[in-house]
Amino acid sequence: MAKTVLILGATSAIARATAAAFAAQGFDLYLAGRNADELGRIAADLAIRYQIKAASGVFRAEDLASHAQFFTQAIAEMGEMHGVVLALGHLGDQQAARDFSVGAEVILVNFTAAASILSHCASYLEARKQGFIIGISSVAGDRGRQSNYTYGAAKGALSLYLQGLRNRLFASGVRVITVKPGFVDTAMTYGMPGLFLVASPQYIGERIAQALGKSADVIYLPWFWRYIMLIIKSIPELVFKRLKL
Amino acid sequence: MSTSSIPTLSRPLSGWGRYPVELCEQVRPERYQDLRPVAEQQIARGQGRSYGDAALGKRVILTERVNRLLAFDTATGILRAEAGVTLAEILAVIVPQGWFLPVTPGTQFVSLGGCVAADVHGKNHHHDGAFSQHVIAIELILADGSRVTCSATQNAALFWATVGGMGLTGVIGEVSLQLIPVSSPYVQVRHHAAANLAETFALFAAPALDDKYSVAWIDCLASGNDLGRSVLMCGHHAAQDDLPVALRQPAKLKKARAMPFDLPALALNPLSVKLFNAVYYRQQGHKTEPFFAHYSEYFYPLDSIAHWNRLYGKRGFVQYQCVIPDSGAFAAVTALLQALSQSRRPSFLAVLKRLGAQNQGLLSFAMAGYTLALDIPLRDDGVFALLRSLDEIVLQHGGRVYLAKDAVLTPQKFRIMYPRHAEWLALKQEIDPLQRFQSSLSSRLELTHG
Ligand SMILES: Cc1cc2nc3c(=O)[nH]c(=O)nc-3n(C[C@H](O)[C@H](O)[C@H](O)COP(=O)(O)OP(=O)(O)OC[C@H]3O[C@@H](n4cnc5c(N)ncnc54)[C@H](O)[C@@H]3O)c2cc1C
Repeated sequence: MAKTVLILGATSAIARATAAAFAAQGFDLYLAGRNADELGRIAADLAIRYQIKAASGVFRAEDLASHAQFFTQAIAEMGEMHGVVLALGHLGDQQAARDFSVGAEVILVNFTAAASILSHCASYLEARKQGFIIGISSVAGDRGRQSNYTYGAAKGALSLYLQGLRNRLFASGVRVITVKPGFVDTAMTYGMPGLFLVASPQYIGERIAQALGKSADVIYLPWFWRYIMLIIKSIPELVFKRLKL
Repeated sequence: MSTSSIPTLSRPLSGWGRYPVELCEQVRPERYQDLRPVAEQQIARGQGRSYGDAALGKRVILTERVNRLLAFDTATGILRAEAGVTLAEILAVIVPQGWFLPVTPGTQFVSLGGCVAADVHGKNHHHDGAFSQHVIAIELILADGSRVTCSATQNAALFWATVGGMGLTGVIGEVSLQLIPVSSPYVQVRHHAAANLAETFALFAAPALDDKYSVAWIDCLASGNDLGRSVLMCGHHAAQDDLPVALRQPAKLKKARAMPFDLPALALNPLSVKLFNAVYYRQQGHKTEPFFAHYSEYFYPLDSIAHWNRLYGKRGFVQYQCVIPDSGAFAAVTALLQALSQSRRPSFLAVLKRLGAQNQGLLSFAMAGYTLALDIPLRDDGVFALLRSLDEIVLQHGGRVYLAKDAVLTPQKFRIMYPRHAEWLALKQEIDPLQRFQSSLSSRLELTHG
C-alpha cells in the first residue's frame, strides 16, 4: 500500500508543488487547508496526474481547539499517516510590525497553530516509531529585519520549535526536516518590488520531496541562501541596526 | 470594483512573434475563485502563443496557475480541466492511458483556454473540424463575475460567440473536452514530394493520398517553375500492433533544447534559408515509404527548440495566416507566393493545410478551403506594406486572416473578412455592456465598435 503524506496549508503554490513531487514518488495525499473548493480541485488534479489517492479536508489553523479532532479524522480517512508537510504561511503586511492586532494573526498562523498541530502529529509518529515531519520555515526567521520582523519572529520560533522536535523524535526514528526557502514565485511575493533570485514553486517542491532521501536536517532553498543568510547573520548588530533591510 | 488588494506586476509583454511589445499590468490568480474580472478593463492570457496582440492589453489576467485537471473518465475519454492547463500537460496524462487530443495546433505549449478562445484547428480540420467542435461544455466567467455553463446545446449563442471570440466574452474557466482513443503514441507518416504548386494542390485533392492528418511544407524560396514546390506530410495514429517491436516500449521524451539568445538578423538570410530548404525538400521528399514518428515529433516539431522565436532576432516576426475558399485557393496562393518572392522578403517557414467546413463560431477562423501560414521576419517597416498587399489578395479571393496570428489587419478589412461580426457584437454588448474585456487586438480592429 502506498504511504500517505499529510500536507497542511495545501493550497499555497509551494505546498501544491511539494504535494505533486510526493505524488510523483507514489505517495498518497491528504490535503488540508481552509478552502474546501480549492483543496478538492488540487486533490482531483494530483490524483489524475499521478494516479494516486488524494483526499482533502478542511483545516482551520487559527482554531487550535479543533486540531486534535482534525488529525484523528485525517488518519481515519487515510488509514494511517507516514509523514507530514507543514506549509502554513501567512505574511500579513508591513503593518504587522506596528499594529499588533495584525501581527497577532501572523504569529498565530505561522507559529502557534504550527506548534499546536505538530504536537499531535509528533506524538502519533513517535508512537509508530517511523515517519517524517517537514516544516517549511523561512530565511526571514534567521535574522530580524525592520521590513518583516513579526513574520520573521514567528518563522524563527518555528525553526527553533522544529529543532527541538528533531531532538526529541530522533530516538524514535522520526525524521524532522526544516526547510528555509528564500524568495519563491508565489501569490505571497507576486508583484513585490525589489525581489531577487526568485525560485519557482516547482523547484522548491521537488527539493523538499527529495530531502527525505538525504541526511541534512536544515535545508535552504535554493542552496545559496545558506550562504546569503550566513553573511546576514554575521553582520554585527552595531552595524546591522543602521542598515535599511 | 476595487483593485487595490490584488497584487499586480507591470512588465513588457508580447505574443509569440515578439511584435508588438506593450507594457501590461498583470495579475496572476492561483485559486479558481480568483479567476474573474478584476478591473475596468482586462483580457485573459494563456501561454502567450498567439503571435500578435490578442493576449495583450491594459490589464492582463494570467491563467497559468489555474491549471488543474478536474476529472478524467478513462472509459469515455471525457476530460474536464481548468483553462490554464497546457496541452503538453494534458498529453502527458492521457496518451499513456490510450487517449489523444481531438484537435491540436502545431505547438503543445498552449493553454486549453487559448485553444477555445482562438477555436484552433489542426492538421485534421478537413475531417474533424476545429477545437470547439469537440468541446462538450465550458464554464465562462462573465464581466459581472457570474459563471455560466455554455455548450453547443446550452446557452448556445454565448458558446458560439466565445469559441473564436479571442477572450472578449469573458474568462474561460473550465473546459470539458471529448478526447479520441489511440493505442500508441506514434503516428504513421508518409511524405509525398510535389514539384510545384499545381502538383501540391493535386496531391491534397487526391482521395487515395488522403489521411487523417495532412500538411504541406512549402519551399517559399523556390520560384519560377518551382513556385510552390512542397512536401505533403500525411499521417494517422499508429495502432500498437503495427509498431515495430523497438517502439512498443514507453518512449523517452527528449528534452527541449533552448535557443539561448536572439539570432542576429543576418543569420537567417535568404541564401542560408534557400540552401536549407533545398536540402530539406530533398530529404523529406524522399520519405515516400511510411514511417513511424512519435506524436511530439509529428505534431510539434518546433517545440524541440524552446524559444525558437528568438531565431528571428530582437525585432521579432509576424506570422501571416490566411484561409482562401476552395474556388480561389490556387490562384490566391500563387499570387501570395509571388508577392512574397517579388518583395524579396521571403518567408522562412510556410505551410499549407486543407480546411473543412466552417462551424458556427461567429468569429472562428476556419472555413472550407486552403490555409497558408507564413513566418515573415520584421526587419524594417517595409514589411507592413507587403502584409497589406497580402491582405488585398486574400480579400479579393474571399478569404480571411487568422486573428490569433494577426498584428496588422485594419478594422475595415476585418469586417469584410468576418461577416458575422455584427451578430457577435450584439451579443458582446448584451453580456459586457461596459466593455470590461478588451485587448490590444480588439482596440486595433475596433471589435467592440459597431
Ligand atoms: C508554433 C505554433 C504553432 C501554431 N500552430 C497552430 C495551428 O496549427 N492551428 C491553430 O489554430 N493555431 C496555431 N497556433 C496558434 C495558437 O494555437 C493560438 O494562438 C492559441 O490561442 C494560443 O494559446 P495560448 O494559451 O498561448 O493563448 P494566448 O496567446 O495567451 O491567448 C490567445 C487568445 O486566447 C485568449 N485566452 C487565453 N486564455 C483564455 C481564457 N482562459 N479565457 C478567455 N480567453 C482566453 C486570449 O485573450 C487571446 O485572445 C500556433 C502557435 C504557435 C506558436
